[in-house]
Amino acid sequence: MAAICFYFQVHQPYRLRPFTIFDTDSNYFDEMQNMQVCRKVADKCYLPANRLLLEMIARHRGKFRVSYSITGIMLEQLEKYAPEALASFQELADTGCVEFLAETYHHSLSFLFSKTEFIDQVKMHMEAVKRYFGQTPRVFRNTELIYSNEVPEAVKRVGQFDAILAEGADHILGYRSPNFMYRSPGPDGTKLLLKNYRLSDDIAFRFSNRYWSEWPLKADKFASWVNAVNGNGTIVNLFMDYETFGEHQWDHTGIFHFLKELPEELLRHPDNRFLTCREAAEAFDSVDVIEVPHLTSWADSERDVSAWMGNPMQENALHELYQLEPFVRQTGDKDLLNDWRRLQISDHFYYMCTKHFSDGDVHKYFNPYESPYDSYINFMNVLDHLNSRCVSVCQRKEHAPARV
Amino acid sequence: MSRPIRTLMLGWEFPPQISGGLGTACYGLTKAMDRLGMEVVFMLPQSSPLRFGHSGPEWSMKDLEHQAEAFEHVRFLRVAANLRPYLSAPTQRSVKGESGTLMMTESGPEHTESGSLMGGYPSDLFRSVQDYARKASCLARKERFDVIHAHDWMTYPAALAAARASGKPVVVHVHSTEFDRSGEHVNDDICRVEYTGIRRAQKVIAVSHYTKRKICDHYRIPAEKIEVVYNGVEQDFSHPVKAPARRYADQQYVLFLGRITMQKGPEYFLHAARMVIDKRDDIRFIMAGAGDMLHRMVELAARLRIGSKVLFTKFLHGPDVERAYRLADLYVMPSVSEPFGIAPLEAIRCNVPVLISRQSGVSEVLKHAIKVDFWDIHQIANKIVNILSRPAMSDMLKREGRIEMTKLRWETSARHIGELYKRMMIES
Repeated sequence: MAAICFYFQVHQPYRLRPFTIFDTDSNYFDEMQNMQVCRKVADKCYLPANRLLLEMIARHRGKFRVSYSITGIMLEQLEKYAPEALASFQELADTGCVEFLAETYHHSLSFLFSKTEFIDQVKMHMEAVKRYFGQTPRVFRNTELIYSNEVPEAVKRVGQFDAILAEGADHILGYRSPNFMYRSPGPDGTKLLLKNYRLSDDIAFRFSNRYWSEWPLKADKFASWVNAVNGNGTIVNLFMDYETFGEHQWDHTGIFHFLKELPEELLRHPDNRFLTCREAAEAFDSVDVIEVPHLTSWADSERDVSAWMGNPMQENALHELYQLEPFVRQTGDKDLLNDWRRLQISDHFYYMCTKHFSDGDVHKYFNPYESPYDSYINFMNVLDHLNSRCVSVCQRKEHAPARV
Repeated sequence: MSRPIRTLMLGWEFPPQISGGLGTACYGLTKAMDRLGMEVVFMLPQSSPLRFGHSGPEWSMKDLEHQAEAFEHVRFLRVAANLRPYLSAPTQRSVKGESGTLMMTESGPEHTESGSLMGGYPSDLFRSVQDYARKASCLARKERFDVIHAHDWMTYPAALAAARASGKPVVVHVHSTEFDRSGEHVNDDICRVEYTGIRRAQKVIAVSHYTKRKICDHYRIPAEKIEVVYNGVEQDFSHPVKAPARRYADQQYVLFLGRITMQKGPEYFLHAARMVIDKRDDIRFIMAGAGDMLHRMVELAARLRIGSKVLFTKFLHGPDVERAYRLADLYVMPSVSEPFGIAPLEAIRCNVPVLISRQSGVSEVLKHAIKVDFWDIHQIANKIVNILSRPAMSDMLKREGRIEMTKLRWETSARHIGELYKRMMIES
């Protein structure tokens, strides 16, 4: 019996506007660019893919089920720039076949730098999911699937979760297969859903690659690979960016057609079924404990955190950003706190990545900057300005007359 | 083909007669060709020895003889022709007899005041060019070779003459165009010579895509005819010169080093300096080099009220060039139009981060450099302050820059050119 667990990540950052040492206002974000990207991705991906999935859900009468995680800042942007896309996600939520996961509201690396901030952001995100979709998430995914043994401990401080998602990286699985339920160490370990990266990346990265020996990939062929898991696995976790459909893989590659055929091809086998992440956690007991002492993620071939913290500029930017936390909180200024949180969006640090060679292409595609140095300069100029705002708010407070 | 291809190479600058970029490039390329066993007959104009303008040692005729011995497959032929047209009158007056040392980073004739088209060039320059061509023609009848390779416009007529005499194919190597050297105020006669050479040659080598675009745009040459071959770097990272002591330990220095001419964008450097000083008045600026805009730049610094923050060194001699690099915390090259630009590579070799204009060939090969548009003084200032304020970044620029330089090898360029020769032989 193989269950198929589809989870799609939906996220777009707030990109910074060009900001020099001579700028003095506190509009840090490039509203025009962010709107344009959001509209473009909504048109090319979210709207057509949602429409297709709504059709699939209706056609298969509850048998086709998927999970999403939509970041808080993405929800904000959709509401502002593409409300019809937000409405269609809400329509999906109403089918009862779609589950929404919890993550950090700002798609941040806060787990690595400040547990207080991390907990605040996860709570913020859960409230947003409740508000937009009427669901209380029961499954957690950390930004970019960043995971280590400490993640289950940290999220317990937010609430009780049925499962956490992680990358099924070879170095944590060893000889084991990702196609089973696992759990984190300890007496009350949390269940872990591990991404089957081979099958996931067949769709997300290789689908349109004409040099790939399996090209062109059709739904029946892919279904036969999933069927092959029957007998030596219970669950196939297909985790990917939602932008795979229509944005990373363009419409003309046949990706939508593939997505349309896939549920039917998979359901053709009597032992297959679709489950959401929470349903999978309910359905299967864990077979083994997975130890992850070092950080893993789903990014690049390294599957570690080097895409965001791999060079001295990235480390310096993150360090200086999180060093401001006590001061930002001390000001009690809501706008300052909000700006500081938007600077935590992991994409800012991804743009500073200098691993140009094997993964360079991917980084370049998503990067609004000409070079990692330019992105660091821009980010640090903004951070300096934010810092100066903190200082001036604190100074004002000190000089304010004490209330009698 | 059983025997190796033999090249007749035509140049007008080679150590010890060197004014900068072109001589350095010819030397690096020929040396690498020699190492690869490629056969070259190098025809050079005979003139008095000069000092090596770069940070390297000073040269004499004796050195050249040693030099010739150091080559195994390259033979030098010196012909009497005075091809040294790169000095304008004012700079010559200021440095009698040592004029060659002025040009530290340059190839090509110096820009001159607009209007006086021939102002910077010796009056008999075109005669010398024709003279050199005649000699090349005679030589071509005597020597045995397969392909003619000419460096920059002054040798193009010689290349075409040698081709007429021998029937061999010509490749012209464009290290700079008249449009780089003189902007919009070009010398029509030089343009004509340059155009004829580029048009009649079977193949054209451009030192960057930037230069290739210039050739395509200005001379309407089909892109397929032009091959981009980047310059290399001598892989010598030793530092014979020690970094000089700083007068003030808490100050940082930003260096401009090159000819002070329109092409190099010195005024953008000063306007940016003004903006930097408004933000951080502990930063100092060094403007090293000479050129026809030097006096105007001294005046401009005074007018911008940054006279006390900008140090003009005039021209620097051999080891002083390296001392200037070693003193600097940042090297800035705001060139308006730079076909390649080896000075930033010299700076990186001396462990100095670089800020370079996008209007340069070298910006195509350096990833670990900060880039700006030469006219964008706002960004130049923004980036200068950032590089000097953020050691996490400047350390990375230094380290990664040096790693990147080890990949720019003259052997790669020489091999590429060898392939091009083979293709030309098959086509002809």
